[in-house]
Amino acid sequence: MIRTAQTLPSLWRLVVPPLIWALHFIASYATVSVWCSRIASDGTPFWQVRSIIAAYSVVALSAIFVVGWIGYGKCSRGSAAPSEDTPESRYRFLGYATLLLSSLSGVAIAFAALVAVFFRSCA
Amino acid sequence: MSVEDVEPLKEAPPAEVRRAQEQRLLEVWKIPRGWRYWSTVNNEKVGVWYTALTLFFLLFGGVLALLLRIQLAAPGNDFLSAERYNQTFTVHGSVMMFLFAIPIFEGIAVILLPQMLGARDLPFPRLSVFGFWSFLIGGVFLCGSIFFDAAPRGGWFMYPPLTSRYQPGIGPDIWLLGFSFIEVAAIAAAVEMIVGALKCRPPGMRLNLMPLYVWYVLVAAVMIVFAFPPLIIGSLLLEVERAFQWPFFDPAGGGDPLLWQHLFWLFGHPEVYVIFLPSAALLAMIVPTFVRRPIIGYTWFVLAAVGTGFLSFGLWVHHMFTTGLPGISLGLFSAASMAVAIPTSVQVFCFLATVAAGRVTRSVPMLFAFGSLAIFVLGGLTGVMVAVVPFDFQAHDSFFVVGHFHYVLIGGALFPIFAGCYYFYPLIGGKRLSDSLGRTAFWLAFIGFNLAFLPMHITGLRGMPRRVFTYPADSGFDVLNLVSTIGAFILASGIALIMWDLVRPKKAEPDSARNPWNAGTIEWTQQVPGQPWGMRCVPEIDSRYPLWDQPNFTRDIDEGRFYLPDAEEGKRETLVTSAIDAQPTQCQRLPGSSFIPLAAALTTGGFFIFGTYHLWWLAIGSLGLALCVILYWLWSGTAHIPEKAEKDVGLGLKLPLYVSGTASIGWWAMFITMLADMTAFVCLLFGYFFFWTSGKDFPPPVAAGPGVVWPGLAAVLLLAAWILMILARRWNRSDWRAGFYGGLLTSFALGGAGIAALAAGPLVKGLEPTRNVYDATVWLIVIWTALHVALGLIMQLYCVARRLAGRMTARHDIDISNVVLYWHFVALTVTMAVGVIAGFPLVTQ
Repeated sequence: MIRTAQTLPSLWRLVVPPLIWALHFIASYATVSVWCSRIASDGTPFWQVRSIIAAYSVVALSAIFVVGWIGYGKCSRGSAAPSEDTPESRYRFLGYATLLLSSLSGVAIAFAALVAVFFRSCA
Repeated sequence: MSVEDVEPLKEAPPAEVRRAQEQRLLEVWKIPRGWRYWSTVNNEKVGVWYTALTLFFLLFGGVLALLLRIQLAAPGNDFLSAERYNQTFTVHGSVMMFLFAIPIFEGIAVILLPQMLGARDLPFPRLSVFGFWSFLIGGVFLCGSIFFDAAPRGGWFMYPPLTSRYQPGIGPDIWLLGFSFIEVAAIAAAVEMIVGALKCRPPGMRLNLMPLYVWYVLVAAVMIVFAFPPLIIGSLLLEVERAFQWPFFDPAGGGDPLLWQHLFWLFGHPEVYVIFLPSAALLAMIVPTFVRRPIIGYTWFVLAAVGTGFLSFGLWVHHMFTTGLPGISLGLFSAASMAVAIPTSVQVFCFLATVAAGRVTRSVPMLFAFGSLAIFVLGGLTGVMVAVVPFDFQAHDSFFVVGHFHYVLIGGALFPIFAGCYYFYPLIGGKRLSDSLGRTAFWLAFIGFNLAFLPMHITGLRGMPRRVFTYPADSGFDVLNLVSTIGAFILASGIALIMWDLVRPKKAEPDSARNPWNAGTIEWTQQVPGQPWGMRCVPEIDSRYPLWDQPNFTRDIDEGRFYLPDAEEGKRETLVTSAIDAQPTQCQRLPGSSFIPLAAALTTGGFFIFGTYHLWWLAIGSLGLALCVILYWLWSGTAHIPEKAEKDVGLGLKLPLYVSGTASIGWWAMFITMLADMTAFVCLLFGYFFFWTSGKDFPPPVAAGPGVVWPGLAAVLLLAAWILMILARRWNRSDWRAGFYGGLLTSFALGGAGIAALAAGPLVKGLEPTRNVYDATVWLIVIWTALHVALGLIMQLYCVARRLAGRMTARHDIDISNVVLYWHFVALTVTMAVGVIAGFPLVTQ
């Protein structure tokens, strides 16, 4: 039996993947801004900031994977179509939407992570 | 208690009972006549006023566009002077964005949302009408300025230092204060829509059954809550710099004009999607109707809306690629700008799949829908081009960009709105618009649009800059510009035809059939002509397309077989339901007609308008009046203690009439408002850290700042005041009167002392806000925090008065619950403010 009781957290879970993207984005932007305005002039090697962004990206993508996996687990249980008027259907819908948002957020994080691959200086 | 899958009454109530019910409903929801008509708060009237006014502003902005095109039709033209040209393009852009694109979303949502939610009205009808009056006052103020040669002329994004040091007239002030006023109203509308979408759905309308329009409105409204505060803070900083010489954007005082660009575009880019999403949502309602099948990819649409909503906040720097930011920063924003193309194209493919899988019925709304998709896809593709940094370096500030964003906005927003006009007019006007006029208008608009804006891409790539009032002959722009001008007039003739179709007299024509398009969604149950009650009764929803899937749905509504078929107590009422599965939780009483919102808009508007002319005493007087009006509004119109605890809403269901705390819609409204307020404060702190990264001596040594002692003391006092508020709420619930009054009044005293301690830091240390940007920023953070505490003190006195007057009791405690919620945010504001002004200099020392 699937537990499908309505809880507000199931709605918040929907926005967790894009929130992780947002945190990754803000952290990366803040890091490079502070690095290029305050730290780079000391001659600190640039690979360090690239490593930091890479680390952010690994953490964020791992977290997204977990949330997406939970979403996948929800939407693959049962057989109700997402448009039915049942708690199970709503449960699977939210799981599927979470999975989709995880995929999109994962791609967006991967896009952002590419700056750590391509950029060699603050210029 | 489970109320899932409730069936309507098997038998309709007897005819005389129904007639009596209808009579009572009509009486309760009646629209006043004569001059009192303007006190109406019914959504179907307010929404139409709102939408009609935005269409008027569309025409106004459109005429300005034609003036611009006449000027550019030939090289060396002197139809408009450079000065007049600057005013014209600034007002054109500002009107189209602030007075048309955003408010028409709000206007249409005010009309449609209650119908789609099966609700009698939105949860805060007076707030909607307050938004309308604010919009009217602010809009007329801004547009009127161009007739007095006093309009803003710094472009719709108002970059300083052009708009600070080089434009001493009142034009920029009109822009800054006028739009701040309208933005406050927009946030109010957003609060209304979020609470409406989450808490006022009909029973059974689970999240997976919600119309896509409601999903999109929910996302767009949440975006407003987070996107508009940055501009309010930007406008505050710029206005304070202009009026009092606090040098936020002036490098001579350590300021940085780039901060404005960050704040503006942190608002400006999400705004584009706030405009686009609700329009795309109109298509998501229209397309299934005309292809006779449910939409394909419902969940993918939700993905697209939520995904776009988030990603759009990571794009703002792509308007600033040429400002000299580090390449790696640009890379991040370029990546996000590419990523947002994914959810946007998902929507387009879902539309195409739905069309391909169904049988298309030819109609005017579908013509506009197809036209919209074609134009928008082209605009999206050039959007990806300008997201590529090296390409943007070439195209920036050229006519290529003008071409690009008109493709996005007209394709993404205007054409769907026209589709919506033709589709929804029978709901609003009770008649059909003319098919032949509509078809002609479409082709004129479609051909004219492409003729006007396609050549601009080439004009731009050839090097023609935007915002320059003329160009020399033989520079390769002549023919292209002439073609654009001809196209603009053809487009204008198409739009004029649509406007004529909307306003032409239709009395002689027969009423439209009910649900003339055979649509499947709930709003089409409305009778023709419409009744002031909105929904005859609140239905139980079992499907995304109840008119297609639920047998006898319209009949059951007409015969009052669902919830709330009556208004026995002579009160306006609607249902409140749970956010996930829409199970009924409360019967909410709604307020009726009133002039209070108009008075509140006039007095609040007075503050902004007098402020524009630097008539500070009048401005402050007007603000004081506004405070009185709003207090009266709250006192007389909210948190009424009902005559009984529960009410039978029909189908054997009894619901409470009064709930407080997280169960009440007022609590949610306060929570969302404070999220917007907190976003604004975070933007102010962003300014502080921005100056830290851009200036070498920011912050100065601890000794030169407000120090630690005074801000620390303020934090202790104010956090103690906050804890006492929480205790006072508890003591009120346990009906310990002395504890309640004592706690509140002690908290009031602590709050007053906290304000004094907060101000003492910069005062004692002699911080001069006009001297440098550090002093100015610290002062502004202190003033912001102090004002929030002061408002909290007024709320405390309000709670004392409510309890004394018997309007709040131990059980009926909406007021104190909401005020404590406000104080949670005050505590957060205080902690962050003190942490930054007193703590951060310690870290960096």
